[in-house]
Amino acid sequence: MISAVQVGLRVGGKTLLEDVNLEVAAGTFLGLVGPNGAGKSTLLRLLAGEQRSTQGTVSISGRQVAQWSGAELSRCRAVLPQQSAMAFEIAVRDVVELGRLPHENSVSRAQNKAAVARALHVADVAHLETRSYATLSGGEQQRVQLARVLAQIDGVRTSALLLDEPTASLDLSHQHRVLHVARRLAAAGAAVVAVLHDLFTASLYCDRIAVVSRGRIVADDAPTAALDPSTVRSVFEMDSAWVDAGKNRALLAFKSDGGP
Amino acid sequence: MRRLAPFAAAAVLAVALVAALSLGPVRLPAGDVIGAIGQLAGLPVRADAQALAVVGALRLPRALLAALAGAVLGLAGALTQGLFRNPLADPGVLGIAGGASLGAVSAIFFGFASLSVWTLPATGFVGGLAAALLVCRIARSDGRTPVATLLLAGIAVNALAMSLTGIVVYASDDRQLRDISLWLMGSVGGATWSRIWILVPFAALLLVGLPFFARGLDALMLGEREAVHLGIGIETLKAGVIACVALAVGAVVSCVGPIGFVGLVVPHIVRMLLGPGHRPLLPVSALAGAALLVAADTFARLAVAPAELPVGLVTAAIGAPFFAAMVARSKRRLAL
Repeated sequence: MISAVQVGLRVGGKTLLEDVNLEVAAGTFLGLVGPNGAGKSTLLRLLAGEQRSTQGTVSISGRQVAQWSGAELSRCRAVLPQQSAMAFEIAVRDVVELGRLPHENSVSRAQNKAAVARALHVADVAHLETRSYATLSGGEQQRVQLARVLAQIDGVRTSALLLDEPTASLDLSHQHRVLHVARRLAAAGAAVVAVLHDLFTASLYCDRIAVVSRGRIVADDAPTAALDPSTVRSVFEMDSAWVDAGKNRALLAFKSDGGP
Repeated sequence: MRRLAPFAAAAVLAVALVAALSLGPVRLPAGDVIGAIGQLAGLPVRADAQALAVVGALRLPRALLAALAGAVLGLAGALTQGLFRNPLADPGVLGIAGGASLGAVSAIFFGFASLSVWTLPATGFVGGLAAALLVCRIARSDGRTPVATLLLAGIAVNALAMSLTGIVVYASDDRQLRDISLWLMGSVGGATWSRIWILVPFAALLLVGLPFFARGLDALMLGEREAVHLGIGIETLKAGVIACVALAVGAVVSCVGPIGFVGLVVPHIVRMLLGPGHRPLLPVSALAGAALLVAADTFARLAVAPAELPVGLVTAAIGAPFFAAMVARSKRRLAL
């Protein structure tokens, strides 16, 4: 679905990404992890076709991003940015309806309405529908934005969903809920890429994890292989151990000497 | 509410127009006014001769000029606020009114204005466009025009235009000063049919772009990146809105002077009533702007009859109390 081949990005003489190869097939939930400033969000922008790489190529569905029009891309690819401030006082439902903008001429009004209702429900914001966006908490706003991007790819056969820190300001149960939704979408055939910071939840929900460090991908594998304690040690300067978490295994990171 | 709003706004405008045509030194009954409009429009009705003369030659061109100018200013205000994602923006931030004022004031100072009735509007128009182009030129880099930079460039160009206008005003003699200050207050008193016909294509330009602008500005409420993700060609949208607003507002300001308040507050009021979606906001702002300016001009003609006030002084006097009441109401709603 999305592939990056030998991708690099240099801006103003500074190398932000170098030699990145990544393949996200339909049906995969890929987690991008790495320290601050490693290039995760930049890579997400390139994969979204929002920014052009200076080396290598990014393709979506086998076609280079430069050959897609913005309107075509918007009908199969949705992006959740880290944070979004609305310009005017607007109701939650109206925000989510904006996600259907790319489909307003190709899909019936009733289908668009149904897509909005489903997205509101899945992101657990249906009860906030008539509230003003500005009066919501940060976490609620983030879920509303999630509902908007879910509405955008609702009913699309092969879609790409790119999430930049989708769990950043969410409470514990909503963090799990959002990652569960992401995994379910992937299981239904979407290619999902999420920038994540919490290695515990990332290791629990992702099909695959790519570790980004200083503009390069240093590991790209199933969670247990990508996040082995020596990689975690060298990239994050943290100790770690795989533990049992219910029926699954998850990575717990800690400082064994108790401090920085 | 949202579906009925354009009809309600059109009805208010119609009432304002009929009032504008029937009120004045000669009071005409609404029936005569409608008859006169019918005959002017070529319908098979015979109107009262006096009503026909007063309406056709005097009041109708003036009311239509006010309506056209108000519609352009209201719509341009809504477009500018949408583009800058800022409810405090108005068409003035692009430097159009500042540049047009400098052009017109210079034309009066150097005596061009007395050469022909068209030199004053022409210099105003050129001044407005030049200022808008300068703002865009300053803000543009690498083929992109960030709106934050645009706003700052607008402040710089406006300050420059105001200071140069101030210098010209300072150097003017008493007779020029009176002409200049009257022009700067804004008035639709010089309405003629030819002025109206000149404005029509500019207003039509805004109207044609409306559906495209409404869609793009809706997406832009989320942010520039988000609009791009939704498939909006953001730089095309910016260029289109700025070009149409600059041309239309430049034409209006050069014909009637810098009339403030309409472009800033009318979209604000409409947004409070209908929400921020641009599909109802843009057309209703145009209709409401037209109604406000027609009502303000009628008041300006009647208040100190037989003299008249410049309409630019009256728009705020009529609109501000209404706006203040809306703000107070929304404050109560937020407190609940």
